[in-house]
Amino acid sequence: MKHRKSSQLLQQLVFVGPSIVFFILIIVVPFLLGMVYSFTDWNGVSANIHWVGFDNFKQIFSNDPKFVSAFWFTVRFTLVGVILTNVIGFFLAYFLTKPLKTRNFLRTIFFMPNVIGGLLLGFIWQFIFVKGFSAVGDVTGWSFFNLPWLGDEPTAFWGIVIVFVWQTAGYLMVIYISSLTNVSPDLLEAAEIDGASRWQVLRSIIFPLIMPGVTICLFLAISWSFKMFDLNLSLTKGGPFGSTESVALNIYNEAFVNNRYGIGTAKALVFFVIVAIITMIQVRVTKSKEVEA
Amino acid sequence: MDTSKNYRFSTIVTEIVMVLIGLLFLVPFYFLFVNSVKTFGDLLTNSAAWPEVFQWGNYANAWEKIKFPSALMNSLIVTVVSNLLLVLISSMAAYRMVRSDTRFNRILFGMFIAAMVIPFQSIMIPLVTVTSNLGLIDSLGGLIICYLGFGAPMSVFLFHGFVKSVPVEIEEAARVDGSSAYGVFFRIVFPLMKPMYVTVIILNTLWIWNDYLLPSLILQSSNLRTIPIATFALFGQYTKQWDLALPALVLGIMPIIIFFLLMQKYIIQGITAGSVKG
Repeated sequence: MKHRKSSQLLQQLVFVGPSIVFFILIIVVPFLLGMVYSFTDWNGVSANIHWVGFDNFKQIFSNDPKFVSAFWFTVRFTLVGVILTNVIGFFLAYFLTKPLKTRNFLRTIFFMPNVIGGLLLGFIWQFIFVKGFSAVGDVTGWSFFNLPWLGDEPTAFWGIVIVFVWQTAGYLMVIYISSLTNVSPDLLEAAEIDGASRWQVLRSIIFPLIMPGVTICLFLAISWSFKMFDLNLSLTKGGPFGSTESVALNIYNEAFVNNRYGIGTAKALVFFVIVAIITMIQVRVTKSKEVEA
Repeated sequence: MDTSKNYRFSTIVTEIVMVLIGLLFLVPFYFLFVNSVKTFGDLLTNSAAWPEVFQWGNYANAWEKIKFPSALMNSLIVTVVSNLLLVLISSMAAYRMVRSDTRFNRILFGMFIAAMVIPFQSIMIPLVTVTSNLGLIDSLGGLIICYLGFGAPMSVFLFHGFVKSVPVEIEEAARVDGSSAYGVFFRIVFPLMKPMYVTVIILNTLWIWNDYLLPSLILQSSNLRTIPIATFALFGQYTKQWDLALPALVLGIMPIIIFFLLMQKYIIQGITAGSVKG
């Protein structure tokens, strides 16, 4: 019996041990340490660390206009980004589940931007906004393209939105395609025979049946846009005048540019709580709308 | 109801509209490639036009400036080693968690799931302290260890769902035939998991290969730069020098685009499978 117990312990160590070690080292310890730091005035270098209680949090909420504006930018960006990526991703999927000859080819194209990392994509688009758009503007004469895309506050916002949608709609399309192909053709045929219009079929049959896919796509889009960092850094660096600074970039700057680790970790903690609450509410709400086929 | 003639007509219209949208999606790539082979002057005055002369020398220049072979090598090492180790340790952990359903393992699994909600930016600041205290800073090995930590939750989660679908009877048969727990795992369960480790490898590759923030915090030496870091460094140094920057960007995206085109089928499957579980 004793032998059996020790062999079980050994198996536990061999199988689960490595994952636990890395998980604790890289996620758990920094997470807990972050909670401690967020109550201090640490600057990242000095050995002289003071406990400041809730001062960092008071500072963030009452006396940090840049964080507040970064937060509102992120919220606005998330709202617009989530809606556009999902609507476009869904419609691409909807039409690419029809018997088109170019179907597979088009799926490849729409997905392709997604394999390129946000940082490189941002730099590519920087060129397109600065040079490409104005070239198109000169050819077509449309003033839309000659706007100072990354140099002006409202257009810079939409610039980032365009790149984000171009990058992520294809990923959501893949998930929507798999949801749509799971909808039984019998059901659609039956509805058609009963005289349902295309819109009715979409609303009363397709949408309820693909709700699990919607749950996932909304979750992904919300967490990607809320945590956006790479695109933000390479496209605008948060400019002009900090108008496009995301929360993630604000936290980064606070810690690694301003060397204020204490307040940076406090912001990071607030950020975590907000992300956790938003995604939990979203998953709960959309899950409740899922039906059994 | 649609007649078949009507149906065919509407399909053609859909087809044309979708192809046009597809071309629109490709326009950024057109601008990127075309301008990467122009002279600086040509590129500034005629960004939309086809190049008059192809300046392939731009590529040689960029290749050298971003130290492309070294950046490619570093990216490959980090991505491949992280992937192999992640598949191994996560599948083992998931297997044990499913087959030995103790209270401890249930709590542990719950922690892994909960950790998936934590944004990277929420732990990056203390992570820098932890990694530098452990001597993991400025080494590819240290970076790989970080990826093992960050990749473990999702990978374990995906394998966990898969192991549950493996019938325990096969394993019992092997046990009766005298196989040890390790033998059962490596000879029977691990080979069965092939579809799932393809999924895990693909999801982790797309993320690790393209990651900028973590390597930028861990790596300092210029000879350790991965592709995103090397690209960022180039942009910091040569602002607006597009005849150098654009070929560098093309070089930077090439490996992952080729990987995508070769592995397309598996990538699409992997994402679908991953999203159903996630």
